[in-house]
Amino acid sequence: MATVDLKDVRKVYPGGVEAVKGVSIAIPDKALCVLVGPSGCGKSTLLRMIAGLETISAGSCAIDGKVVNAIGPTERDIAMVFQNYALYPHMKVYDNMAYGLRNRGTPKDEIDRRVRSTAKTLELEHLLERRPRELSGGQRQRVAMGRAIVRNPKVFLFDEPLSNLDAKLRGQMRVEIKNLQRSLGVTSVYVTHDQLEAMTLADVLVVMNAGLVEQSGAPLDIYEKPASTFVASFIGAPPMNLLPLRSGQFEGAVTLPAVPGNAATLGFRPEDCEVRVEAGGIAADGALRLLARVEGVEPVGAESFLYCQAAGGRIVVRVPGRTELQAGDQLPVFARREKLHFFGSDGKRV
Amino acid sequence: MSPRVVFPNKILPYLLLAPQLAITLVFFYWPASQALYQSMLREDPFGLSSKFVWFANFRKVLSDPNYLNSVHVTIVFSVATAAVAMSVALLLAVMADKVVRSRGLYRTLMIWPYAVAPAIAGMLWLFLFNPSIGSLAYGLRWLGISWDPLLNGSQAMVLVVAAASWKQISYNFLFFVAGLQAIPKTLIEAAAIDGAGEHKRFWTIVFPLLAPTTFFLLVVNTVYAFFDTFGIIHAVTGGGPGKATETLVYKVYNDGFVNLILGDSAAQSVILMAIVIALTAIQFRYVERKVHYG
Ligand SMILES: Nc1ncnc2c1ncn2[C@@H]1O[C@H](COP(=O)(O)OP(=O)(O)O)[C@@H](O)[C@H]1O
Ligand SMILES: [Mg+2]
Repeated sequence: MATVDLKDVRKVYPGGVEAVKGVSIAIPDKALCVLVGPSGCGKSTLLRMIAGLETISAGSCAIDGKVVNAIGPTERDIAMVFQNYALYPHMKVYDNMAYGLRNRGTPKDEIDRRVRSTAKTLELEHLLERRPRELSGGQRQRVAMGRAIVRNPKVFLFDEPLSNLDAKLRGQMRVEIKNLQRSLGVTSVYVTHDQLEAMTLADVLVVMNAGLVEQSGAPLDIYEKPASTFVASFIGAPPMNLLPLRSGQFEGAVTLPAVPGNAATLGFRPEDCEVRVEAGGIAADGALRLLARVEGVEPVGAESFLYCQAAGGRIVVRVPGRTELQAGDQLPVFARREKLHFFGSDGKRV
Repeated sequence: MSPRVVFPNKILPYLLLAPQLAITLVFFYWPASQALYQSMLREDPFGLSSKFVWFANFRKVLSDPNYLNSVHVTIVFSVATAAVAMSVALLLAVMADKVVRSRGLYRTLMIWPYAVAPAIAGMLWLFLFNPSIGSLAYGLRWLGISWDPLLNGSQAMVLVVAAASWKQISYNFLFFVAGLQAIPKTLIEAAAIDGAGEHKRFWTIVFPLLAPTTFFLLVVNTVYAFFDTFGIIHAVTGGGPGKATETLVYKVYNDGFVNLILGDSAAQSVILMAIVIALTAIQFRYVERKVHYG
């Protein structure tokens, strides 16, 4: 239905804060693009510029090929789900959903038809006569979704829509949003600071940091080839282990494969390393092998995380299932060559 | 359940309450009962004796065309004052909400009129619109309006309404500004995205959400227009011309202290007292609890 194209978009707030420092993203039709990044990195600002709620200081934003910089939110034909839902407290659920259609002069019987069919999709039918304050958090969230869907806009915008829900409900809604977005085929931009939400929802994942795009692409590509130490430590939980290298050498390693000349940091994911309790055995395939001392064990059930101290710094190691290891144990940790990541002194991948 | 303090001593609580009770008794119950008593007395023309007449004064007052005129004047005056003071204040508050720079300065300036004493406010308006020396009266005449509030009752009413509203605008402004600030910005943004223009947003979102503030101010402004505008009316028109701006409170003063018809005046006071009690009851019943969205 629509593409969204951002070209070198910048935002300087009246106080002088430069919240977005030149962002270019091309979102294909029907795609779900997730903007992820730490709090304060400018995600909401970027989303609000797409919505037309903030002016664009420089650059351009095009929806469906048409530059919308000078068009207000009223005419952009987008729908937004806010973090606090922003339901109209004095209107019933039905009227909350019908409000946007009424403002656009939709005939009454069509409004009724669309509100009821959307309510059916979202299982809100029995709530239509209630006011927002009579709903639970999850129900409010659904109404906010309904209000966006019922308008059948060109683009959906979500600003951390699930962050006020409990973990279980969040998981359910995540799946539901994904399915709805697929079946409706509406181009969407979704803002979150939760990397798990980002990974599971995104068709296009955009990792932001301090007003800039650190990396964008398919979620698993980003997971497998993080472009910088920032992305490496932001995507994946627990985050990637990063250990400093000194002139291509690494003091704690028993063996270290050939290191690219300009690498300053070595990275490997907790889930990519193995603990081999048998002593000795220099890895012939050029793997990393280092010695670590366990400082803490976190059994989660299906897996356990070992918090260890290696010579180069702290690392986390994931082992499947239960473990007999305890704090104080010494263990050799292996990571295969193809699971190692190297970053230069500027933090970029080499 | 709020916790109750239990005093072991039987007399102490009464002692602690005594000052408050004494003040209430001396300054409220005693005059109120005096008014009630007086309202049933009738004095002879020389003020030498008085006799107890039960409700005759009330009957007389309520059938007096002058009194009914005063009721009419009060209603017109109060409705007009409340309407003008509230709508102008709301307009200013909405505008002030949009100001980005020196917002605090605007607000402070808007609050000043509230600090002006009623009689002074009245004098200000009186001078500005005085037919012979007022600068604004000059402007009105220049516009082709034959301005003479000293002879024209409607114009006198316009003048007192203007003066009375002007003084109350600041107060209303403060509450409206606070009310507007309490409306989450995201609601307005959601409405904008939902395709509502600025006008539509105001009438369908902002105004309904201001309902608690508006209702509260309606009661406060009515009470103000009824009871707190004596100084303004006294300074601007003195109830005239004729009895065109003689409100109920002004009539109590006129009949009691100027014309010395104490019985009638007292009966009118008692009626006013009943009105105050009714308004206060409404305020407590509805303002405190109802008209809230949460
Ligand atoms: N209205 C505003 N005025 C000035 N600065 C703002 C405003 N809104 C956000 N900022 C600043 O812009 C930066 C990015 O904010 P935001 O986009 O809300 O971040 P995020 O949504 O990623 O947490 C922050 O440093 C924030 O303080
Ligand atoms: Mg945000």
